[in-house]
Amino acid sequence: MVDIDHLEFGLETFGDIVANEDGSLQTAAQSIRQIVKEGQLADELGVTVFGVGEHHRPDYSVSSPETVLASIAAVTKNVKLATAVTVLSSDDPVRVYERFATLDALSNGRAQVMLGRGSFTESFPLFGYDLTDYDDLFNEKLGLYDLLRTEKPVTWSGKFRASLKDQEVYPKTEHGELETYIGIGGSPESVIRAVKVGYKVIIAIIGGQASRFKPYIDLYHAAAQQLDRPEFPIAVHSHGFIADDEDEALEVAFKNIKANFDRIGLTRGWAPMSREQFDGETKVGSFYVGTPERVAQRIARTIDELGLGRFDLVYGAGNQTAAQREHMIELYGGKVVPRVKEILAETAAVK
Amino acid sequence: MTIKRVGILGAGKVGIVLAGLALKAGYTVRISGSGAVEKIALTIKTMVPGAVASENADVVANSDIVILAIPLSRYKNIDPAMLKGKLVIDAMNYWWETDGIREEVLDPSTTSSEQVQDYFQGATIVKTFNHMGYHNLQEEARPKGDPKRKALFVTGDDHQAVDTVAAFVDSMGFDTVVHYSIADGIMTEPGSPLFGASLKRDELAHIIDHFDETEFGKKIAAKQL
Repeated sequence: MVDIDHLEFGLETFGDIVANEDGSLQTAAQSIRQIVKEGQLADELGVTVFGVGEHHRPDYSVSSPETVLASIAAVTKNVKLATAVTVLSSDDPVRVYERFATLDALSNGRAQVMLGRGSFTESFPLFGYDLTDYDDLFNEKLGLYDLLRTEKPVTWSGKFRASLKDQEVYPKTEHGELETYIGIGGSPESVIRAVKVGYKVIIAIIGGQASRFKPYIDLYHAAAQQLDRPEFPIAVHSHGFIADDEDEALEVAFKNIKANFDRIGLTRGWAPMSREQFDGETKVGSFYVGTPERVAQRIARTIDELGLGRFDLVYGAGNQTAAQREHMIELYGGKVVPRVKEILAETAAVK
Repeated sequence: MTIKRVGILGAGKVGIVLAGLALKAGYTVRISGSGAVEKIALTIKTMVPGAVASENADVVANSDIVILAIPLSRYKNIDPAMLKGKLVIDAMNYWWETDGIREEVLDPSTTSSEQVQDYFQGATIVKTFNHMGYHNLQEEARPKGDPKRKALFVTGDDHQAVDTVAAFVDSMGFDTVVHYSIADGIMTEPGSPLFGASLKRDELAHIIDHFDETEFGKKIAAKQL
């Protein structure tokens, strides 16, 4: 059952390079400043969470999301500040804790850690890790992060980092614990791992019908009960684009989201997305594209079908203009979110 | 050969989707993960109720057809003797998130299914289910004759085995385009315009028939010279 009063709505950006009106690209520095402006806008509109991704590539501007979030913290009041995601596998959990604890201080407790394994390879050689250890790296570092998160002296040893003995790590947070999500792409194994560590879960649904994730969510709850671990409402993140006009929205999304997916696909030898596949994604799949009404209907349906506690829309994929990005945020916070709640209330009344 | 019992090695995204399709098609399904049954029991019970969670040896011994749905980097963890005499579908591909560095997993001088066939000497390998995304496999399985039905490429060296697998693929909800050469598996490997594509039979057949005209086909041809 969806708890409408406590539903959370987030916006996330991966820090794609912003386009000028004439089609030329802004610098990474300009793109970063644009994100700060957008974070402020999201806060003004009452969006619950603002997430910024971490990449180490020319097509994305942000490699240090906490620094960008710190700047947003200074100009916002309520919005939670999240990473989408922190690539824990190629990071140092001690540094991760320190950066987020600092962000938490600057934002009066609004920092939110989202940990993941990442969907790009660059960070591994960059920070001296072997891609072959992809899974082991994440498991080991998650174990250490979990100890650090208690904010008590840590004694730890592992394969990929120097050991710690009764080590205190600073600063301590004011609430005693960093809010932490674990981002998963939907393998059964990753669901079980998230249950075991006991963090909140955000599922990246980047393709196909959202309903196919129902069994994964069932698995999450079944595993939490069987293993006697904490259970939280599930969060989902998916891509989208909103504009006043349906055709305009589709055109911008096809150009930008498709380009973005094709570029990522290229690194895996994955064929470019066809128009048929794209249309499937916007009609019944996991791209939330169109007018505010259409996007609201589809988000409401996903929240209802999967019984979610939070929905994050990924915005800004590809090279969109500042005006497109900002208007989308305005429509999301101003129209879509209230409308989703309205639709869900109507659905609940019928049930 | 009549296929009644389907065995799936690998309880990840692809293995679970295929288990679901096989159950729907009326087969008895056994599925195993990389270790003990307990590790996957809850997953199988929750996600594909009706499938039997088991271990590799039991899955292989009690199946008419075995599907390899494990990361490509891990097939050598399976004893080749275990699959001796079996009809085996290779649904694997190189994928860095699960396999790590490509050169450590694959010999660049030959195709991935040839390497799998060479390793499982006593088994008959047929490559299919590898080139369509797992969510497309799940969502796009359709009854025979449906105008929207999608197709899968099926290839292997053993004619009879390929025909048997093609009939099996058909029963799982997909049309087929068939070749009788395991080396042609390259046509659906990562980098091919068919890898990740979800096409109807005539579209798939067209690309297969004109494979040497695709960018990827040209690259492969150049490499072989």
